[in-house]
Amino acid sequence: MKILMTGNEAIARGVYEYGVSVATAYPGTPSTEILENIVKYPEVYCQWSPNEKVAMEVGVGAAIAGARAIVTMKMVGVNVAADPLFTVAYTGTRAGLVLVSADDPGMHSSQNEQDNRLYAAFAKIPLLEPSNSQEAKDMVGMAMEISEAFDTPVMLRITTRIAHSQSLVEQKEPMERLAKPFERNQRKYVMLPAHGRARRLIVEERMQKLANFSETVAVNYMEMNDTNIGIITSGISYQYVREALPQASILKLGLTNPLPSGLIKEFAAKVSKLYVVEELEPYMEKEIRLLGLDVSGKELFPPYGELSVRMISEKITGRNGIPIAKPFDAPIRPPVMCPGCPHRGLFFTLKQLKLVVSGDIGCYTLGTMAPLEAMDTCICMGASISGALGMEKAHPEMAEKMVAVIGDSTFLHSGVTGLMDVVYNGGHTTTIILDNSITAMTGHQENPSTGKTLMGQPAPQVDFVALCKALGVKRITEVDPFDVERVKEVIKTEIAASEPSVIITKRPCALIIKNTEKPLQVQDCTGCKMCLKLGCPALSFDEENETVQVDQALCTGCGLCMNVCKFDALRKAGDA
Amino acid sequence: MSKIINILLVGVGGQGTILASKILTNVALAQGYEVKMSEIHGMAQRGGSVVTQVRIGEDVHSPVIEPGEADYMVAFEQLEAYRWSHFLKKDGVLIVNTQKIVPLPVLIGAATYPENILVELKGRVEHFINLDGLKLASEAGNVKATNVVLMGVLSKYMDFPEDAWKNALVAGIPAKLLDLNMKAFASGVAEVK
Amino acid sequence: MTQEVGQRMLMAGNNAIARGAYEAGVYFASGYPGTPSTEILEVLSQHREIKAQWSANEKVAFDEAMGVAMSGKRALCSMKYVGLNVAADSFMVFPFAGTIGGFVVISADDPGMYSSQNEQDNRYFARLAEIPMIEPSDPQEAKDYLKLAYEISEKFSTPVLFRTSMRVSHSKGMVTLGERVKVGDSTSFVKDVPNWVVPIFAKSLKAKLDAKFAAITDYVETYEYNRIEKGTGKIGVITSGASYTYTKEILPEASVLKLAITYPLPKQMIIDFCAQYDKVYIIEELDSFIEDQIRVWGVTNLSGKDIFPRTGEFSPDILAKCLFNEQPMQDFSNEFNIISRPPQLCPGCPHRGAYLALKKSGALVTGDIGCYTLGSLPPLGAMHTSFAMGTSIGNAFGFELGGISKVAAVIGDATFIHGGIPSLIDIVYNGGNTTVVILDNSTTGMTGHQEHPATGQTLQGKEVPKLDLVNLVKALGVKHVQVADPFDQKAMYQAIKDALEHEGPSVVITNRPCIFARGEKQRPKTPYVIDIDKCTQCGACQRIGCPGVLPGEQAAIDDVSCTGCSLCAQACKFDAINLKGE
Repeated sequence: MKILMTGNEAIARGVYEYGVSVATAYPGTPSTEILENIVKYPEVYCQWSPNEKVAMEVGVGAAIAGARAIVTMKMVGVNVAADPLFTVAYTGTRAGLVLVSADDPGMHSSQNEQDNRLYAAFAKIPLLEPSNSQEAKDMVGMAMEISEAFDTPVMLRITTRIAHSQSLVEQKEPMERLAKPFERNQRKYVMLPAHGRARRLIVEERMQKLANFSETVAVNYMEMNDTNIGIITSGISYQYVREALPQASILKLGLTNPLPSGLIKEFAAKVSKLYVVEELEPYMEKEIRLLGLDVSGKELFPPYGELSVRMISEKITGRNGIPIAKPFDAPIRPPVMCPGCPHRGLFFTLKQLKLVVSGDIGCYTLGTMAPLEAMDTCICMGASISGALGMEKAHPEMAEKMVAVIGDSTFLHSGVTGLMDVVYNGGHTTTIILDNSITAMTGHQENPSTGKTLMGQPAPQVDFVALCKALGVKRITEVDPFDVERVKEVIKTEIAASEPSVIITKRPCALIIKNTEKPLQVQDCTGCKMCLKLGCPALSFDEENETVQVDQALCTGCGLCMNVCKFDALRKAGDA
Repeated sequence: MSKIINILLVGVGGQGTILASKILTNVALAQGYEVKMSEIHGMAQRGGSVVTQVRIGEDVHSPVIEPGEADYMVAFEQLEAYRWSHFLKKDGVLIVNTQKIVPLPVLIGAATYPENILVELKGRVEHFINLDGLKLASEAGNVKATNVVLMGVLSKYMDFPEDAWKNALVAGIPAKLLDLNMKAFASGVAEVK
Repeated sequence: MTQEVGQRMLMAGNNAIARGAYEAGVYFASGYPGTPSTEILEVLSQHREIKAQWSANEKVAFDEAMGVAMSGKRALCSMKYVGLNVAADSFMVFPFAGTIGGFVVISADDPGMYSSQNEQDNRYFARLAEIPMIEPSDPQEAKDYLKLAYEISEKFSTPVLFRTSMRVSHSKGMVTLGERVKVGDSTSFVKDVPNWVVPIFAKSLKAKLDAKFAAITDYVETYEYNRIEKGTGKIGVITSGASYTYTKEILPEASVLKLAITYPLPKQMIIDFCAQYDKVYIIEELDSFIEDQIRVWGVTNLSGKDIFPRTGEFSPDILAKCLFNEQPMQDFSNEFNIISRPPQLCPGCPHRGAYLALKKSGALVTGDIGCYTLGSLPPLGAMHTSFAMGTSIGNAFGFELGGISKVAAVIGDATFIHGGIPSLIDIVYNGGNTTVVILDNSTTGMTGHQEHPATGQTLQGKEVPKLDLVNLVKALGVKHVQVADPFDQKAMYQAIKDALEHEGPSVVITNRPCIFARGEKQRPKTPYVIDIDKCTQCGACQRIGCPGVLPGEQAAIDDVSCTGCSLCAQACKFDAINLKGE
């Protein structure tokens, strides 16, 4: 029976059906739901790791031991996992190892738009790209087979549209979950230069064999039709092309590294005009041109953003579609911190103190938005602490006017080494760890500080105070971020100290607790609008009556606005 | 149905657009159609815009609806109707829940919530209907059933038999809430003369 | 050695790069030790005007340098090429924001894998990140091009990838010294949220990046350091880096287009050049990075990877063989059976003690990168896997999940700090049984004995409190932690046995310093000696693989290299080995 599934759900189903035993990941849109859905299949062991590098390494270990393993991440996660990836590409494993890279053309939820097909080529590993959820599921099995037949990790590359779109999927009975017996082989698995040089030659041979395989593999095929227009395409672009140009002949590619040069040349010879339709980099286009073929690709389509049916139709046929109405100029609706979010009070305070804030990635990045506007830099996971050290080295006087802010999960991901470095290399940075007991922005996943694993088992919780002490930080203070006055005092004291310090704000995320507080009430408001500077979605201003209003449905009663009001106009229910 | 029907559901995170889309797709699947659906739900919980795109037909390829191509648009909130209205076909149907959820820039005084959204939209769209979904849902028993009220309205414009919708509700809603939701659905149906 | 402006001297490529950084007015330099880049920071640190430091790992180093550059001062980040994997996340995102002070990241590649675990061609990283890349071909260029890199970086507000290779970094050539540019006390950090808070503003920043790169591509079209050396004859060569020097040896009469900036390429200049010759050779080591770009433009009179290899280094001989099918002048290698001379653990190396105990335990040992990787070679053969920095611990857990019961991970102190901590957190969190042996020899050994956060001293000689690994491991939630002396085989073996048997994660930390750690060389040592009367010639002392125990029917100890670690004495069941003088 066919059911509607997102690409992520389908991959999870594939993991179950194709005998995969171990699944590891770090949360990251648009890949997160893969692991969250694998939890439904208790036969598969799955876990969140502190970062993608660790996730990759655990997967490598399992696959070498003899159990099929899958590792999933958003595309920038492959940056973090790059070091083990480039070397396991040389060694291969014993059972299949598949890396799912979920790219994000259009940057719906990401900080860059890198095209990870290039990583597959760079690392010299095969690359599979599904065009819908059924293919996403099937390709898990195919990737495992290729991984074992050619002794190589395989990249299964999806994009946001595949991950989060739903389409029909046929489910199958799962195959047996086998663990091959482990075999010791130092020449294969210990990458000393001498061993590495031998494996290097094997890598070249393997790519040759894969090139031949690519010519006849079932997922690379031609759909011949009107031969005036021939289009080479893959992934979601295939769907847009089918819809935009139903008469065109198409070479649909599912295995896109190595590309099937023979098949491409054969297709090119059959059509009058050749196009390549792919999102982001001219990855396939360059390879096609290297074969000496004339093809139109990026001269028509942009190397950034998503493509669309309309764009493809207009660019290839040269005919404009029906004119679209001009959109209205609607005020934007940016994401905001929820009512009751513990981060809000902190950022409000940082702004009041006029500090430079070296920031990081998570819900707390929203501290950048108006009216809080209290974050100055945010580049990538874990850069807050080390970036602050760098700024301090450039301008030592900055240490007294700057803090680094980082979440609990981000800190464990890649902040620990940064903090260690501050201590070792004599920085005075003040680091604020925002401990809201969850990995929030990606949808509330557990992490090593929450006390629970992905599979629901109780787990030891990392003690941040003990950890920071062990890293050599002497000044460590825990504060309740709702106690705005105390937070302000502590920050002022710590940034003035001429040694490294850590402040830990401790309050759980508003969405993971059962809230028993009642919404606040307003009485005798003076109209100073101080509380509006908090940017809480539950507060608005009634211009006519010149009073702040509290939305009774949204207010969680956290009391933060009450703490900043100097006129006692905001009260807890029952305190009027 | 030889062509593809495109339905856009727009709203604000937390309004129940996802459950609504589940009911809609259940109806289509039960009738034997192929369905593809797209959601960018990244910012849903943080009060951002949520757009769900549903495409129903015999042979559906792209999961994405493009500007000017939506046959139906169901807006769970006024400003979102305003924001996405250019996705509607010239002769498409626009269903608007008149609820207003004020975005942060407006709350802090950096922007204003447009005044005459309903009037402007009505002037632009051939088939337009607006209703106070919150009130109808509350009368049926719970404001959270607003999404089902809107599905009731949509059901009157689409070609699926009413039974199909009712079956989808039964399949998609927990038994103890079914009664209230059936009431909500019926009140949506009743809004369309 | 004093260095005066105008002086001409023989210098290694890395020293020249360091000098280049000094002359360019670099304010801050960070990195992590890694062959063939290590000397850059070591030499740079001798200039007191520059804040130079070893960081915990390459990502941290990169992020710190970013902070400096964002604040308006010139920053340098130096690493071996796989280090760019570690820094990849920051590297791939920073170009979106651009830079204020010049920012140069050095990737020192290793074609031929002399000291590395793979042979990836890091030129691709420039393409991935959409930033310009510059490649010197000898030490003088290494110095000059580093300064050019800063100019380009500031002109276009972009990070620049400075790519060198083993051959350029470790060769010596003549270099003329120049003056240090005056470093201004520039403005402090200037707030610019839509630029520096990349995740929120990424969409608009991408368009900016693409436009910036288009401008750089235009600029490169007429860049004066991409030059044509006209020769006689009908052959053209396009080349860069060390390959340029081999080309001049083998094809002295060819016309050569020497590329300084190897990404982006000067398209029109190259097309015009190729049009003038019957055949143009693309001479580049490793992948067909340059060749492919040119072919895509429709140029067909090229010869590159059809005749030159994709693996290993080039040399004049290799080029001659490929071009003219010339055989080398003399080649005796077929006549003699030449034994290899692999590197080995030094006499007195504490790792030997740990490996002897691990071997006895029969555990599967996942390994990592450092001197201790040598424990995988005979006669110890006590490490079974090794990939990249920090992978040992995660791998061990993976093995456990895959069904192997007795597994231990082995990792050095520096490596643990570099990338082992999140893995240890993972094992505690996800309920593993893994045993981790941290080989703490108080130094970053293999790369030449550099300091790190647990050694008590910084690169520039400042005394600092040592990071306490026992406390750290405990703070990460590991309950079973034991310190063991690798020179006490009974205790070492017991510690490992206890750890393997313990339910739950366990860590054993060895506590003997490397024989070359700070202060160790000077410590007086008493060698051991074999009493041939008691010796039964069983060979047990030779089987521990110490170079100080000489081979032959009658074993003997070389008392010059023996450091008195006592491992051979402990291996002897006949009490035949004792301290000299006893």
